[in-house]
Amino acid sequence: MSSSSGTTTATGADQVSVDANQGEATPARKAKLGGGLGLGQMIGLVVALVALIIVGTVTAGDRFLSVPNFLVILEQAAVIGVISIGVTFVITSGGIDLSVGSVMGLATIWATTWATQNLAGEFHWIVMVLTALAVGGAAGLINGLLVAYGRVVSFIATLAMLVAARGLAEIISGRQTQVITDRGFLDFFRGDILGIPMIVWMFAVVAVIGWFLFNRTTFGRRTIAVGGNPEAARLAGINVKRHTMWVFTLAGLCVGIAATMILARTTAGSSSTGSLYELDAIAAVVIGGTLLVGGRGTIVGTVLGVLVFQILTNVFTQNNLDSSVQAVAKGAIIVAAVLLQQRFATVKRR
Amino acid sequence: MNGIVKVFPGVRALDGVDLHVLPGEVHCLLGQNGAGKSTLIKTLAGAHQPTEGEIRWKGEVVKLTSTAAALKMGIATIFQELDVVDGLSVAENIFLGNELATGGVLKRSEANRRAKELLARLGHSEIRPGRLVGSLSAAGKQVVQMARALSHDAQLIIMDEPSAVLDQEEVNQLFRVVNTLRDAGVAIVYISHRLEEIRQIGDRITVLKDGRTVATSLAVADTPTAKLISLMTGRDVVTNFGGDAVGPQSETPVLEVDGLALAGTFEPVTFSVRPGEVVGLAGLVGAGRSEIIETLYGARRATAGTVKVNGKALRRGSVIDAVNKGIGLAPEERKSQGLLLDQPIYRNITLSTFARFAKLGVLDERAERAAAKEQATALQLAPPDVERNIRTLSGGNQQKAMLARWLVHGCDVLLLDEPTRGVDVGARAEIYALIRELTRRGTAVVLVSSEIEEVLGLADRVMVVADGRVVHTGPATEIDEHKVLDLVMEGAHA
Repeated sequence: MSSSSGTTTATGADQVSVDANQGEATPARKAKLGGGLGLGQMIGLVVALVALIIVGTVTAGDRFLSVPNFLVILEQAAVIGVISIGVTFVITSGGIDLSVGSVMGLATIWATTWATQNLAGEFHWIVMVLTALAVGGAAGLINGLLVAYGRVVSFIATLAMLVAARGLAEIISGRQTQVITDRGFLDFFRGDILGIPMIVWMFAVVAVIGWFLFNRTTFGRRTIAVGGNPEAARLAGINVKRHTMWVFTLAGLCVGIAATMILARTTAGSSSTGSLYELDAIAAVVIGGTLLVGGRGTIVGTVLGVLVFQILTNVFTQNNLDSSVQAVAKGAIIVAAVLLQQRFATVKRR
Repeated sequence: MNGIVKVFPGVRALDGVDLHVLPGEVHCLLGQNGAGKSTLIKTLAGAHQPTEGEIRWKGEVVKLTSTAAALKMGIATIFQELDVVDGLSVAENIFLGNELATGGVLKRSEANRRAKELLARLGHSEIRPGRLVGSLSAAGKQVVQMARALSHDAQLIIMDEPSAVLDQEEVNQLFRVVNTLRDAGVAIVYISHRLEEIRQIGDRITVLKDGRTVATSLAVADTPTAKLISLMTGRDVVTNFGGDAVGPQSETPVLEVDGLALAGTFEPVTFSVRPGEVVGLAGLVGAGRSEIIETLYGARRATAGTVKVNGKALRRGSVIDAVNKGIGLAPEERKSQGLLLDQPIYRNITLSTFARFAKLGVLDERAERAAAKEQATALQLAPPDVERNIRTLSGGNQQKAMLARWLVHGCDVLLLDEPTRGVDVGARAEIYALIRELTRRGTAVVLVSSEIEEVLGLADRVMVVADGRVVHTGPATEIDEHKVLDLVMEGAHA
């Protein structure tokens, strides 16, 4: 029991340097980036990122290591990134959200129906954005109500939402792709500021707000408390149910934002949009270092997790490698990350 | 077993225990809560390894490395939490982990036949082997566990408070089974704190207190009950309760509980607490003491009655309302009900107040840390580094952090459920002193403790709870430990 204060751990050689760094950092600094999470895990992700970048550079050279390519990576990471930030809150609060992908599909459909686009044409394209946010937020609120007040376990409640939202999207669209006709919408969201695509900016803004909300507000603190020990939170006077409801609603809103972003990329709404995104999001959150059982999470880790996967995809694509091989690599990374996390958890408990 | 010592980090849970059990006897293990009974059983069952001392089995020194190893040797344990699988049949439970099978294929009829034999031996042939265990009563589940023990040819069966979950008729049935086993030459270690049960069933008694055996292998027939009680409760550790009770500082009650009840758990209770007063709830575990204060706090929804703080009624079943109106609870199960184990100490201390340190939802962690630090220093939390994970603290320091939470919050009424459980002697004295200090400042305290001397030492008034009923209310000075135990015992079987 003589481990130095707050020292969490990674494995192997990195660890020595991690400890040394922590020894120097003031306690306040330590808590900053990781949101209470050990820097060890964060370092592990950064090492993985750097390794991937080196591999990419060696194998694909300038095709990989170029500003345009990195903007492509960020653009591809943006949609899943925004979803993953919402999911980070849900998982930290001790829940899971399987419905994010299909709710995003539903939101893209609802935002691009003839009626919505017509209204947007008369009024402003913001109507489409608000529709997507409303659909996402409402689906999240329903999830939250079911979990918090209906006492349905989140796995089941959001599984039901996954199935139902996909079905509703198919009913509304008649399984037809709905092309966006509003130039204003496309011009805005497909544009760029200072050479950086709009949706990358959106990802950055959501990530910063998410980080702030998670680490600096009562909302974030409640999320951690509810996920860490719901009974203790309840007996300390925290309204656990109401908070659970808001956490799911927040995840739904993130899905609404992501729906707007993917509409800009694909220029059309489709009921199959977002299929299996829930798994990518959960994978990114978990390799980022958020505990699947709740109580500890990190937004920075989630962003890094998303980037690791996206760069991996890019390296494979640049080298014309089979996407099936890529899937195997992804699986291996997930397992490695979880093994590391478990080790980290047991070392801590000692 | 000879000179068993078991040391947990920070606690000497067992500090020299001797236990000698003969074949064909019912050996009772007696002791108050926290005396070390459970630890001793777990050591015998192979779940814990002794730090010192030796276990001899049929004259030979053995090492019980796991429960499986103990079971193989013939030592079976029936724990308080009945570990049966509700979704499996009686026969499947009996042969759990020891399935009768050829090449992985279960021999169902064989299992059923042998299960039937075992149940018949226990005198419970009315339980069909094919029945789902989930549909059995607690007594039935115990029988299944005993049959499981027999299926391993157990020669020593340890029963941890088997009667706690049974009604009187079921207890009688249990005794018939125990007698059957004894006649078959099986040794039984029977744990209970119901003295009259021990009179009925026991042959010899070993008494534990504070992790030590204070009497070994007394013959039940030659030992008067009074002697047993004094052995169990004997005050050999002089404890300082931080001076005499301060006494109420005003006649107007701050907490008024009127007819509060939770159907099926406890009957209506009415009492009030004045500022600076300590009301202690004494009684056995399971008597309903914790349930009373948890209901008072709104953590359980009362079925009748009202609770008022400073004259204002609390909303039923709302912890938030209780906290807002000035009640705080340090719960019985510190780790599972009180703390965020993976979070820093300061966040645990400010768990009920962090919103106060926030402006428009934005936390001021610096102010939070400062407030936590202030209390941690005042309570001599060791170490005083509030950034540490609370998991790394000892039980006593975790309890201090719990109290610090409500000190930061500021409470008119503090509910303390087993505040010194798992707390070492030094920290205990500090916690007692803190309670005194709080009452001096006018806080009303409701204290639940299984240690009668603690309740008597700290409280101004004592309520004795037995079987979900308050059987006695009166000043702490007019009652002693023996009287409390008598009341508890009468109440439990009235």
